[in-house]
Amino acid sequence: MSAAALFGLSGAALVGIGLYGLVTNPEPLRKILAFNLLGSGVFLVFGVVSRRAAASGLGGDPVPQAMVITAIVVAFAATAMAIALVLRLLQETGRSTLDADNPGGAGGKS
Amino acid sequence: MTILSAFDIGLVVLILAVGAATIAKRDAFAAVIGYVVYGLLLAIAWVRLSAVDVALTEAAIGGGMTGMLLLGAVARLRLAKGSDARPSFPVRFAAAALSALVAAGLAIAVLSPPEAIPTLAPMVMENLAQSGLGNPVAGVLFVYRALDTLLEKVVLILALVGVWSLAPDSVWGGIPGLRVYAPPSSTLTFLAQLLPPVGIVVAIYMCWIGAKEPGGAFQGGTVLAAMWLLVMIAGLKSVPSISQRWLRLLVVVGPVIFLAIGISGMVLANAFLAYPPGYAKPLIVAVEFALTLSIGVALGLLAAGPPERVQPQ
Repeated sequence: MSAAALFGLSGAALVGIGLYGLVTNPEPLRKILAFNLLGSGVFLVFGVVSRRAAASGLGGDPVPQAMVITAIVVAFAATAMAIALVLRLLQETGRSTLDADNPGGAGGKS
Repeated sequence: MTILSAFDIGLVVLILAVGAATIAKRDAFAAVIGYVVYGLLLAIAWVRLSAVDVALTEAAIGGGMTGMLLLGAVARLRLAKGSDARPSFPVRFAAAALSALVAAGLAIAVLSPPEAIPTLAPMVMENLAQSGLGNPVAGVLFVYRALDTLLEKVVLILALVGVWSLAPDSVWGGIPGLRVYAPPSSTLTFLAQLLPPVGIVVAIYMCWIGAKEPGGAFQGGTVLAAMWLLVMIAGLKSVPSISQRWLRLLVVVGPVIFLAIGISGMVLANAFLAYPPGYAKPLIVAVEFALTLSIGVALGLLAAGPPERVQPQ
């Protein structure tokens, strides 16, 4: 198995791990963390696509690489926004969960 | 088995173990520290995939900046009433099974490459010389997909506006709630005095070299942001209030120059975001420098968070 395929498989596994954390962890902050893990798995799969398409003396296709760079920056922007939302939720309700049995204030983001 | 393939296997095992630990750990602080380690390990994986530009971005933004944001949030959420209510076992089992299914599907896709592997690398290299750039990734970012890069900067500004607008009305235009740790003559103060001159030179170098070698505006901007945050956290410089005009100008100067050059391209080079022949490289370098400044300020402000107190009169 080539190195690229090895990293591709680990990317696939990371998507699975991130998805599991996103679904099962009740705390919003941990969901954000899991979402970032899932995203980085997707990026890694992109990296393998880039590596496989190496041509013209390059180590990889630069187009997917540029897309991943854009994606990392956008993921950071989304994470900053999500964290600000969680902290605002804390300010408003004094809680850091999205429990369904505590509707006060936590209804907007679920 | 060569040394390198042994290295790759070890790296993948480490990445998966640390990644799984960030999900499994009960303590949020430990999970975030794990995530920072994970980001740095992933950067090594990107180097192994011959994507050094991505590796730099992942280490700077994926590990460093996101880690800092998460750490700040963990510190504030520590006192909040959390929830210990984990989903029941059947739910967790179903989630695990479905996640494994998704991962397996992706794995099959990875292991069965198409007959003719599509690649745009020859086309990129064929036309790269016209732009005067030596780094194909910078070429894709600033020539072939310049619109995406422009819009990505707009996304950063939109996220910043979104974060700011989460502030209560009473403190709008006030000072971001970045925690300042300022014990006198601490190691932090020392580092905040020692590192910024070096960091600023590194940022300018990264931005400059980005035209030829791996590097560029994002990576340079992140280093700038880190230096600014370090100085603010150590209490050497106060956090500016977000209503300051110079601050807002710095945030938009990069995208505005990019847009202006893009629009002038409609007149001078017959297409939006096209560069006149012979002037591509100087224009791109100018855009990159303005963007580095804007990205640095925008990232620093995103990490500083929404305003929390008003400026004392």
